[in-house]
Amino acid sequence: MSITIKDLTKRFGSFQALENVSLEVRDGELLALLGPSGSGKTTLLRIIAGLETADSGSVLHRGEEVTHRSARDRNVGFVFQHYALFRHMTVFENVAFGLRVRKTPDARVRQRVGELLHLIRLDGYGRRLPSELSGGQRQRVALARALAAEPRVLLLDEPFGALDAKVRQELRQWLRRLHDELHVTSVFVTHDQEEAFEVADRVAVLRGGRIEQVGSPQEVFDLPANPFIMDFLGNVNVFHGRVRNGRAVLGGMELDYPDHPHDEARPLTVYIRPHELEIDLATADDAGPKARVLHVNPAGPVARVRVRDEDSDTDIYVDLGLQRFTELKLRPGDWVRVSPRRIRVFEPEYVI
Amino acid sequence: MLAETIETRPEQLSGERNSPDPSLESASSCTPLARNDPLLVRWGLTAAALLVLGLLVIVPLVHVFVQAFGDGVLAYWRSLVDDRDTRHAILLTLTVAPIAVLVNLIFGVAASWAIARFRFPGRTLLITLIDLPFSVSPVVAGLAFVLLFGLQGYFGPWLRDHGLKVVFATPGLVLATSFVTFPFVARELIPVMEVIGPDEELAALSLGANGWQMFWRVTLPNIKWGVLYGVILCNARAMGEFGAVYVVSGHVAGRTDTMPLRVEKLFQEYNSPSSFAVASVLTLLALVTLVAKVGLERKVR
Repeated sequence: MSITIKDLTKRFGSFQALENVSLEVRDGELLALLGPSGSGKTTLLRIIAGLETADSGSVLHRGEEVTHRSARDRNVGFVFQHYALFRHMTVFENVAFGLRVRKTPDARVRQRVGELLHLIRLDGYGRRLPSELSGGQRQRVALARALAAEPRVLLLDEPFGALDAKVRQELRQWLRRLHDELHVTSVFVTHDQEEAFEVADRVAVLRGGRIEQVGSPQEVFDLPANPFIMDFLGNVNVFHGRVRNGRAVLGGMELDYPDHPHDEARPLTVYIRPHELEIDLATADDAGPKARVLHVNPAGPVARVRVRDEDSDTDIYVDLGLQRFTELKLRPGDWVRVSPRRIRVFEPEYVI
Repeated sequence: MLAETIETRPEQLSGERNSPDPSLESASSCTPLARNDPLLVRWGLTAAALLVLGLLVIVPLVHVFVQAFGDGVLAYWRSLVDDRDTRHAILLTLTVAPIAVLVNLIFGVAASWAIARFRFPGRTLLITLIDLPFSVSPVVAGLAFVLLFGLQGYFGPWLRDHGLKVVFATPGLVLATSFVTFPFVARELIPVMEVIGPDEELAALSLGANGWQMFWRVTLPNIKWGVLYGVILCNARAMGEFGAVYVVSGHVAGRTDTMPLRVEKLFQEYNSPSSFAVASVLTLLALVTLVAKVGLERKVR
């Protein structure tokens, strides 16, 4: 079922949690609301669920206005960050809750809960109490409980936030597979861009109560709409330089910049990701700008290298493929030349 | 020319947040332990505590029972059962206390729920008002009810015209007792509800429960031990209340005398054995309450 959000605004006292937020969640997709804490993502999710009311704006489920309906009439499944399992009920009764309050016949309850416990791979755990489960198991129970009454929408608030790294990794892959089986329209909140990119079909990036960009993980990562998203989605090197006659000078680098062929110089800010930089060996005697290797960390899928630009006396972060790293045999103190494979320039933000 | 680098790694930040704060651990290990104190200090303090406890609590309690049974078990039983007014006093206390407890149970659950779950204007005032009966003298409370509902009071004439009697009757006793025991349930529940938090209730709502279903299936089971604990304390105080009840009751033997009032009256009439017999029943009820309270505390932990 599709969800349409129109011009939602929400304030908590003097804090603007959401400001004119509009968003379309497509039928059957898995959408991530990504943003730093305080960006309004959880508030937005709670308003979609009906657990919070908006000051203005509307929420539509499949084109049908639900803005003023209570949570119980919206038929959504909600998964809380800290599970919020009913601590005095067994796993079975937790999962059965949504069916029991709807007066579902007992036989049907038993059948449905059995199916769900099988789905979350916790067959035989029905009689346990939540306190007897691990964090990952509890979150799976919370998910099964949310799915029990066959909700039209599944909403997850930082579902893996309270789990340790390995369980988190397993659970998000499992969530993705589960979504591929069930195809229930889902929205989940996260502050972890890796998690959003790995699990979601589309990502909406929030900042300060506004949606900054919506798109597939690839679109958002490759074509970030502004410097904030560029920065938020991973490490980035920021170079301040000048451009003139189609050539840009950025610290120790010079490159073609055909967008500004004019004679008068203009300041330029360029964003380059560490993996988009190339390193070549140089020697101390070489003419022209160069940099010096400060630190290398080859542990991991890429070698992380930190070099110091001698001209501007600032650090540049470079991620090298391990093969290239072995070829170069980089060591701290080596002289190198850094060149970009790709750059990004955003329209300057004017300051009065 | 300038180049700078910005690094943002949310996963690293969250990792730091999850790790335990080492400064907290070191702080707790510095706390001085009592068992390191000299032997004399430890024994001295323990003996002093036991001496005070014995003089102020145990000796008087034992004395109550000694006096009550001074003329033998038969006389004890007679003084309780044969006296019509005493019988009535016991019955009246066993009527007034449960009603007052019920009133405060309903009020306490509602108030603590409102205070723990919502931020509303007047919330701080409500928290302060709940504590008021702890600080106001019960006699003053009783007097206030007499001034409100007595014949010379604001509502007195209206009540008389409608054939209702509050002061010098059971409703007045219930009112005064409820006022004095007002804070017990609410005070007990507010912290319990705040610790549990609203998430389970929200989960119940999102799963399609209505307000009643949420309350009976999720809220109440979570706070039931706190409720019971509050009820026990509330009941103990309700049965033993003297000051407020003394003022509103008018002290009519066989009609508005509760057990504490009866104890006092018998004592004033130099009927010590009967007075101590009733007092011993009150004490027994208190001891039962104490045992229940200790049992509950174990259960809650």
